[in-house]
Amino acid sequence: MSTQPQSLSPAKNEPLPGISLGGRTNVDPAEDKRPVPAKVQIQELSFFYGTHQVLRSVTLEVPKDQVTALIGPSGCGKTTLLRCLNRMHDLYPGNRYEGSVKLQPEGIDILGPGMDPIQVRMRFGMVFQKPNPFPKSIYENVAYGLRLQGMSKRRELDERVEKALREAALWDEVKSRLHGLAHNLSGGQQQRLCIARAIATDPDVVLFDEPTSALDPIATSKIEELIVELKKRVTVVIVTHNLQQAGRISDMTAFMYLGELIEFGETNRVFTNPAKPQTEDYISGRFG
Amino acid sequence: MHFAGDSIVLPEHFLEHQKGRALRRKAIDRWFGRLGLILTLGTLGVLAILLLNLAANGLFRIDWHFLTSFPSRRAAEAGVLSAWVGTALLMLVTASLAIPLGVAAGIYLEEYAPKNKWTDFVEINIANLAGVPSILYGLMALGLFVYKFRFGQSILAGGMALGCLVLPIVIVSTREALRTIPAMIREAAFALGATRWQAVWHHLLPYSTGGISTGVILAMSRAIGESSPLITIGALTFIAFLPPPAILDHAPFVSFSWLFSPFTALPIQMFNWVSRPGEEFQANAAAAGLLLMVITLGMNGAAILLRRHAQRNIKW
Repeated sequence: MSTQPQSLSPAKNEPLPGISLGGRTNVDPAEDKRPVPAKVQIQELSFFYGTHQVLRSVTLEVPKDQVTALIGPSGCGKTTLLRCLNRMHDLYPGNRYEGSVKLQPEGIDILGPGMDPIQVRMRFGMVFQKPNPFPKSIYENVAYGLRLQGMSKRRELDERVEKALREAALWDEVKSRLHGLAHNLSGGQQQRLCIARAIATDPDVVLFDEPTSALDPIATSKIEELIVELKKRVTVVIVTHNLQQAGRISDMTAFMYLGELIEFGETNRVFTNPAKPQTEDYISGRFG
Repeated sequence: MHFAGDSIVLPEHFLEHQKGRALRRKAIDRWFGRLGLILTLGTLGVLAILLLNLAANGLFRIDWHFLTSFPSRRAAEAGVLSAWVGTALLMLVTASLAIPLGVAAGIYLEEYAPKNKWTDFVEINIANLAGVPSILYGLMALGLFVYKFRFGQSILAGGMALGCLVLPIVIVSTREALRTIPAMIREAAFALGATRWQAVWHHLLPYSTGGISTGVILAMSRAIGESSPLITIGALTFIAFLPPPAILDHAPFVSFSWLFSPFTALPIQMFNWVSRPGEEFQANAAAAGLLLMVITLGMNGAAILLRRHAQRNIKW
């Protein structure tokens, strides 16, 4: 099993992981029309399961403190792309990355040789399709990431758990039963708990993999409000099947098809005036 | 096929035919259910008769004296002291070998091992090992533990033989317990930056305790009734002394010399009494058998309770 996949095309002049570039010196300001700096720069990223190529040279800049939605028909590679960002694919054998994914402002290539997936995952929070709280107390669920990062003082943990639960708009509902089981919460509450768990460690980016696909409309709208609220302090990437959802909450939208990035731009522009015919077909419901 | 909007009207006799078929199929269904019930009750009945027979023949022999006396030539004075102490110590050795090794092997195979031809081969052979006749474990232990390692015909050799015998059961039940944990729970832990070891230690083991301990107890109740591997390595059938104590009243206060003591065990004591002529010894054998049966059923009951208790907070 490849726990340390080698980047097959490492650019020789790239900085070593951990060395700061002091901002965005490697981004050409002329090309960058957006006022927002990039948080994650995906460059010519290809991904393979065994010999099967799932992502084809995707290049994409995720802007800092905004919501970027990945849309596209089933099997287009959007979830695969999301899971490249925190190296989740490393958990399973037979996968290979090519290209680079740089986390700004440090410019660390998270696919680079010698990059530890565990370190990467500590800077990316992740929220999954179905709520997946641990069968432990509400408190322990939120505290787990903090404990993994070495926090053990009770008072510090208490503070951070409360802060995360408040940010996940769950505090008022659970403050009286923090040590009760997470599984006794409703589905929507469980998903907000999972969001609290993901943001408790102050990650740079939070990845959402169809976070509302198992929830009812009311729980869904709460999660959507929460995501919009979250972008004030964290970068969000969300995979969604729900085009209305992408339209409601995202600033940028990337449309993917058959493992390629077809179109990427501001959500309003992509939805009202798509540049590519495939994007238009998908958005207008002609396929997918 | 008949749809609501079809204009085809089926002939009357066709519907009659269908009705007859449906009745026949329902009858077969009903009869199979009854047959299954009868067979199940029959099997349970045989077990109940066995238990009642043991109780009828042996229950009157079970008293304090029976539990605290050594075997004797006079049946009425004979007891199972050395046998149950031997059985208890054997189980201690068996558990200390089979639990750590079996659980560790189960965790490795389920959570760490790559899926390739080599691990497939290992998996198939673990399943095969579970089916190896127990006397072969006795032969293996005789050659390896008794002679090669020079453990002698001791509690250590016997316990290790039984430990090897039940190891596959522990491995398989550990793997099955781990497999019931959904992949998304593992991913939740990994996504927060847990290592494999942390995921196992903080999540997978605690969530599978119920399944693993059930497997361990079932393995132990299999081991407790085994006699052929113990006879093969040379367990004695008549022992009128106890192994040396494990706790001493002088430094170094603990002693492991009991590990190298000769021993007997409940099934062997029972076998010894069964093979003797005379009604009284048959009663002793029945009493020892009843004791063994009660211990085994008690362990199985404990396994069920433990599983319920451990899983009470876990719903996937």
